[in-house]
Amino acid sequence: MGHPVHLVIDGQEHALTLDPRTTLLDALRDHLGNTSPKKGCDHGQCGACTVLVDGRRMNSCLLLAVTLDGAEVTTSDGLAGADELSELHQAFLDNDAFQCGYCTPGQICSAAGVLQEAADGRPSVITDDPPRADGPGPEQHDPPEFDRPVELTDEEIRERMSGNLCRCGAYVGIVDALRQLAGQEQR
Amino acid sequence: MSELLRATAIGTDLTRVEGPAKVRGRAPYAYEHPLEEPLHLHPLCATIARGRVSSIDASAASALDGVVRVITHHDAPRLADTDDGELAILQDERIGFRGQYLGAVLAETPEIARQAADLVVIETDAEHHDAEFRPDHPGARAPEGGADDVRTGQFDTALAAAEIVLDQRYSTPIEHNNPMEPHTTSARWDGDTLTLWTSTQGAHPAKQTLAPILGIDPERLRIISPHVGGGFGSKGLPHADMMLAALAAQVVPGRAVKYAVTRQHMFAVTGYRAPTSQHVRIGARVDGTITAFGFDAVSMSSRTKEFPEQAIKPARQMYAGAHRHITQRVLPLDVAVPSWMRAPGEAPGMVGLEIAMDELADACDLDPIELRARNEPELDPDTGLPFNQRRLLDCLREGAERFGWAERDPRPRSHHQDGWLIGTGVASATYPAFRQPGSKALIRSVASGYEVAIGAADLGTGTWTALTQVAADALEVEPEQIQLAIGDTALPHATVAGGSTGLASWSAAVITAGRAFRREHGTSPAVGAESTGEAGKNPAAQELAMHSYGAHFGQVRIHEPTGEIRLDRMLGVFSAGRIINPRTARSQFIGGMTMGVGMALHEKGELDPRFGHVVNHDLAEYHVPVNADIREIEAHWLDEEDPQAGPLGARGIGEIGIVGAAAAIANAAHHATGVRVRELPVFGDAFLPR
Repeated sequence: MGHPVHLVIDGQEHALTLDPRTTLLDALRDHLGNTSPKKGCDHGQCGACTVLVDGRRMNSCLLLAVTLDGAEVTTSDGLAGADELSELHQAFLDNDAFQCGYCTPGQICSAAGVLQEAADGRPSVITDDPPRADGPGPEQHDPPEFDRPVELTDEEIRERMSGNLCRCGAYVGIVDALRQLAGQEQR
Repeated sequence: MSELLRATAIGTDLTRVEGPAKVRGRAPYAYEHPLEEPLHLHPLCATIARGRVSSIDASAASALDGVVRVITHHDAPRLADTDDGELAILQDERIGFRGQYLGAVLAETPEIARQAADLVVIETDAEHHDAEFRPDHPGARAPEGGADDVRTGQFDTALAAAEIVLDQRYSTPIEHNNPMEPHTTSARWDGDTLTLWTSTQGAHPAKQTLAPILGIDPERLRIISPHVGGGFGSKGLPHADMMLAALAAQVVPGRAVKYAVTRQHMFAVTGYRAPTSQHVRIGARVDGTITAFGFDAVSMSSRTKEFPEQAIKPARQMYAGAHRHITQRVLPLDVAVPSWMRAPGEAPGMVGLEIAMDELADACDLDPIELRARNEPELDPDTGLPFNQRRLLDCLREGAERFGWAERDPRPRSHHQDGWLIGTGVASATYPAFRQPGSKALIRSVASGYEVAIGAADLGTGTWTALTQVAADALEVEPEQIQLAIGDTALPHATVAGGSTGLASWSAAVITAGRAFRREHGTSPAVGAESTGEAGKNPAAQELAMHSYGAHFGQVRIHEPTGEIRLDRMLGVFSAGRIINPRTARSQFIGGMTMGVGMALHEKGELDPRFGHVVNHDLAEYHVPVNADIREIEAHWLDEEDPQAGPLGARGIGEIGIVGAAAAIANAAHHATGVRVRELPVFGDAFLPR
């Protein structure tokens, strides 16, 4: 009961034949030997499997691979060339933003997503709405327009990174790493 | 007293040597070693808490395309030794707890294995079970091996005569280690040799435990575990998942079997912290001097295998008091087998004790730090030995200074801000300093430097990095010249990464080997020159009471209308001997404190006595701290060396960060609101009007 699916993983094209029940995470780990994303819960509750799918961060354990034909998937391993580290990788190293390392590739993909989302002006649940030009009116139920980047304060970083659990307790370092990249001043 | 290793690489904040591989996701954990055409295992599990399997029908499962084998107690390989009730799985029809392994399906893919496991029909005869933890249960008894009670002086008389009497009960819940990497084993038998690629805090100790049960020569069992995705004690002792993979692989010789425990099932088969009830009775003079000290603890255990959560441990040595009464009891029930979780004994035991000390300070109208100062024992009340570097008060005072304790208004409910009540609290920390003998290290000269081999473990603890620094100083070379190899029983013997003993114990072997190497081969050794070293016992442990100490300070805010509680900041100061790598050490202290925040505010396994299992068995329902729960956490340490601890001068830091952290937060919640919570975790409903 194999189904054909075509995926671009970390820039490499792959033609696969997969059980329709196979998640993107299992396709990567069991079928392609790409074990950069980790399985921590298999239920979308921990974030260890986070990858970028067409540029957006997603829990790969919640995606069925056969639904993603043609998608571009980036894992933490694909964020840098073979023998180098990305700025994000280096920031996690410099700030000791991990201990056991198991949640780390997911944290890093999530962090890449956070930086892009903030640059794109996507709000989080704690982001203040932008002021409205025309005051309250019938259109007040329309979603507010965010037309400029959201500032990544420590609170924003913590909020946006809270879908990625770290049991070693490296959150302080993770926030330090993201703050460094978000261009804020060090404390 | 040992000759301290001279620190050159030690004390520098080298970044994690395996870090580049970990941030990319290239460091192989247990599931990730490339193995040819592995089979995938899905377990069959008990759905009753006590009884027997009456029949198993695997015909539909076996008929499924892609299923290779279904094994049950009818046809599983026989074990040579079935004394360990947790590990002796698939040997008979008995069921001792819900979730116990009853069999396994082996299939070509994980999807097929899981589907087939659902098709297996297991009939059971249920028996009456008891899965309700009640401290007054008549079944509570002394732990196996006998009671180790303390009865010094005339406790009852002294308590009755005391000017101030505190008599309160405290409780800690079931807590689950939940390392991010689920317990995973790949197993393959090649002839009479078994290889396990697994996730363990101690490859060699696991080998020594499993080989006799499997009935094989330990030299025929190889365990490979270079990277471990967290453990927190749950990967310290081998659990039944490892045995299941080994047994299943035995029926498909030559083929690897992969088994990763599901997150849900981890709550039943990989150990957990047993709940405790603590009855604290303290008699004191009005000036705070403790005269009578009583601490009676009961913890839940399992009828399948006993594990006593020894909550009395810190009470034995923390504070003075001439008349003492300390007892530990266990209550075995028809529940899953508890085991080690970060600072077993100390972590729950310092909840009752340190909240009680806060209550006593209130009763005596004393600052809680001053109360502790007035009850510093001169000698260890437990053993009568002198203490080694007992710097509890230094930690409390430095912490108070850094935290700004002096500005605190001691009255409860004295600080309001925008509908929130704000409070601060303090608690002591402690953990014993052990060093285990028996680890061995091999050092070999190679063209590019030195290979240092020891079967130690890194579960995020920084072993790859810190042991590299130790080896560099032992050989008096740069860390870049050291090629460390750990996590494999093919390497020399190493003791478990547990009880905060790892680095000190392994380093004793590495330092001995390094000194031997220089003695035997000089400073210009030929390529291939080798020396070995073995860690001996620490003679000082017989003459001194050796513990680490610390102090936690916390600030919380509680939303008055809703009871919502948030941690504002936390600060810890620790006395743990020499710090080998400040970068990884800070992370480890902060990590322990962060887990302490979970203990204080989030974590509770809800055992349903009707069915005998923890019902909130996943990461959506069992809450651990997330990034937004943790704001400012700072860890500091006293600049010191402990030559009595061994040549490394370090006492171990893996556990002390969690000890006392929860009590500091609970005490802060009392200061904020005036409500004394004696049952962890501190949930918001405690602060709502009753």
